[in-house]
Amino acid sequence: MTQTTQAPNMTGHTQTANAAKNFDKKQQQIAEGKEPVMLSGAEMLVQSLTDEGVEYIFGYPGGAVLHIYDALFQQEAIEHILVRHEQAAGHMADAYSRVTGKTGVVLATSGPGATNTVTAIATAFMDSVPMVVIAGQVPSSLIGEDAFQETDMVGVSRPIVKHSFQVRHASEIPMIVKKAFFIAQSGRPGPVVIDVPKDMTAPNEKFAYEYPEEVFVRSYQPSVKGHGGQIKKALETLLAAKRPVIYSGGGVIWSNASPELIKLAHRLNLPVTNTLMGLGAFPGSDRQFLGMLGMHGTYEANTSMHHADVILAIGARFDDRVTNNVKKFCPDATIIHIDIDPTSISKTVFSHIPIVGDVKSVLTDMLEMLGDDKELDQHALLDWWAQINEWRKRHGLRYDTSTENGIKPQNVVQTLCKITDGKAIITSDVGQHQMFAALYYTYDEPRQWLNSGGLGTMGVGLPYAMAAKLACPERDVVCITGEGSIQMNIQELSTCLQYNLPVKILNLNNAQLGMVKQWQDMLYEGRHAQSYMESLPDFVKLAESYGHVGIQITDPAKMEEQLAAAMAIKDKLVFIDVLIDRDEHVYPMQIAGQTMRDMWLSKGDRT
Amino acid sequence: MQRHLISVLIENEAGSLSRLVGLFSQRGYNIETLNVAPTEDATMSRLTLTTITSPEKIEQVTKQLHKLIEVVKVINLTDNVHVERELMLLKVRATGNVREEVKRSADIFRAQIVDVTANLYTIQIVGDTEKLDGFIDVIGQERILEVVRSGVIGIARGEKTLSV
Repeated sequence: MTQTTQAPNMTGHTQTANAAKNFDKKQQQIAEGKEPVMLSGAEMLVQSLTDEGVEYIFGYPGGAVLHIYDALFQQEAIEHILVRHEQAAGHMADAYSRVTGKTGVVLATSGPGATNTVTAIATAFMDSVPMVVIAGQVPSSLIGEDAFQETDMVGVSRPIVKHSFQVRHASEIPMIVKKAFFIAQSGRPGPVVIDVPKDMTAPNEKFAYEYPEEVFVRSYQPSVKGHGGQIKKALETLLAAKRPVIYSGGGVIWSNASPELIKLAHRLNLPVTNTLMGLGAFPGSDRQFLGMLGMHGTYEANTSMHHADVILAIGARFDDRVTNNVKKFCPDATIIHIDIDPTSISKTVFSHIPIVGDVKSVLTDMLEMLGDDKELDQHALLDWWAQINEWRKRHGLRYDTSTENGIKPQNVVQTLCKITDGKAIITSDVGQHQMFAALYYTYDEPRQWLNSGGLGTMGVGLPYAMAAKLACPERDVVCITGEGSIQMNIQELSTCLQYNLPVKILNLNNAQLGMVKQWQDMLYEGRHAQSYMESLPDFVKLAESYGHVGIQITDPAKMEEQLAAAMAIKDKLVFIDVLIDRDEHVYPMQIAGQTMRDMWLSKGDRT
Repeated sequence: MQRHLISVLIENEAGSLSRLVGLFSQRGYNIETLNVAPTEDATMSRLTLTTITSPEKIEQVTKQLHKLIEVVKVINLTDNVHVERELMLLKVRATGNVREEVKRSADIFRAQIVDVTANLYTIQIVGDTEKLDGFIDVIGQERILEVVRSGVIGIARGEKTLSV
């Protein structure tokens, strides 16, 4: 989208150097607190981001944002990462937020540049990820005239943002940036769009710059502290439980409440299940962990939920991929629900004891009220654990390990977990490989597992991995993907080369859109409409053509050795193309329209 | 399914109305009537709408409204005693002996004739929705040439106020 609306202004090199000097001087003045500093709209935007502590911008230039790019060029505080498609910039910013807990920033031009970020914004919105998207816009005098590269971005993004702004006066830029970050990060986090008409960034119009220290939005004051009476009631109910389960989600990760969750669960010896978004919030290797719940959750997690008498839901939203049929959901359970977003409470499943507040704050209060002496009925709790351990024996994520039809994808993920000692950051795309990655890798830490849970966006895996590597260069980062998903953002292999991002891409290649095929096998009598990937590229050569390393693994006997060798290459991106069993299905799988415990455990074996 | 009268104080900013109206279509809620205008504080508008929904859903509707960043306050007026009014203007064909009959009906309903031609009355009437519907029935659809209604507005009875 690099076409400009006017002929490029040929700037001499000396002029650029002078401008850089001037802008540096301005920044120095700001640092010294000498006021007022006069900046253009574009400079104010960049300086506001710097003052907000932004380290990276993920973006792609174009006509409407050229003034902003010119201001970026003349400073060094923020590094710009040039992607190959704006969608990937959005996913990278999103993943940067997921990994660091800070707020990722996207910069895209007007029209197609902005609309290309829409999928990434929707992805962040569904998973409550803070993100600030700065979208260029045609000059304000042309808005509404169907100008070149004009799109009503505020309108297009309206249903998928937490909030959006359009800059009407350049002088508002610092306050808008401050508000955007405040809104994106506080309460239930989410993406915020700032639409910037080109004339708002004009280089020759200067304004006195000051970045606001605080911000107050009278119509937006999210509650943090939970209601004491409700917390007390919840604790009493929990202590009276005979068959309790903690069901915790992504909110625990966003609230950095993992230590409090672990403390509560250990203190009372409670079984814990995590949602897809909550994996890592409670350690996967912990004795009290039941595994993931939901559509492809473990037998023990789903069955324990179904039979529970008290469910403590923490930062989770009773998504339809968790509950199965809400009318048949956990018939015996009293539901305690802690969530920062009041709309999440009783949206799909009625909550008997709602607590609106930040998970960390609420759990801290709850632990304090609990003290050291109160316990559940120990006899009942031991019986409950004995029952759960029986359920664990029934399935335990077993799968057919025969390798006649090729390498088993579950085995690849387990082997990766072994080689990386469970310490890698794992990203995934969407489909069967996502479920294998969720179930067969053990996540012991929050922010170790990145995937698109709510929107289910194919193509996030590689940009997620890139941003994770950028944020945590010392860690192994592996994108577990499939030959369908990886091709949705494969152009980013070029970005990886440019910024030296040595991620590992583990392509579980079955030459099928596996999850689609699985549904067609199970629900459409094996009619595989458009689920077969013909004309796949030679992924090894493709990786090599971008200057990366490519290997293919076909022999089950050599899989571990080859995978270990690939993981040992630390300074290069390695594309690991693993040809896997084409007919493998993901199990367990809930039976649609039924209760949580109604599942297929393997082909032909249902609960 | 029940009818609810919801009043919202919303920041008087560009795009805030489209966000609110968009929420209704996005989440599959309906809007029966809608009225919006600035309040005594020019930075805020008061928006009043009626929606028909189930008791389980209405709580979600008000919570979703409140979640919009620009929404300052939300109140479901139907939860408590309140006054609600709607204004209606009608153009009614009024010729011959019907002319007197229309005038009499207007008097009974405490409606006012605000414009007159040789063949027409333009009538203004204020009241709750049922009164306005009743007036239309009395006048008769066949005589009515045009109807314009403001949408319902409402206010709580007693000391309770909706303000910042």
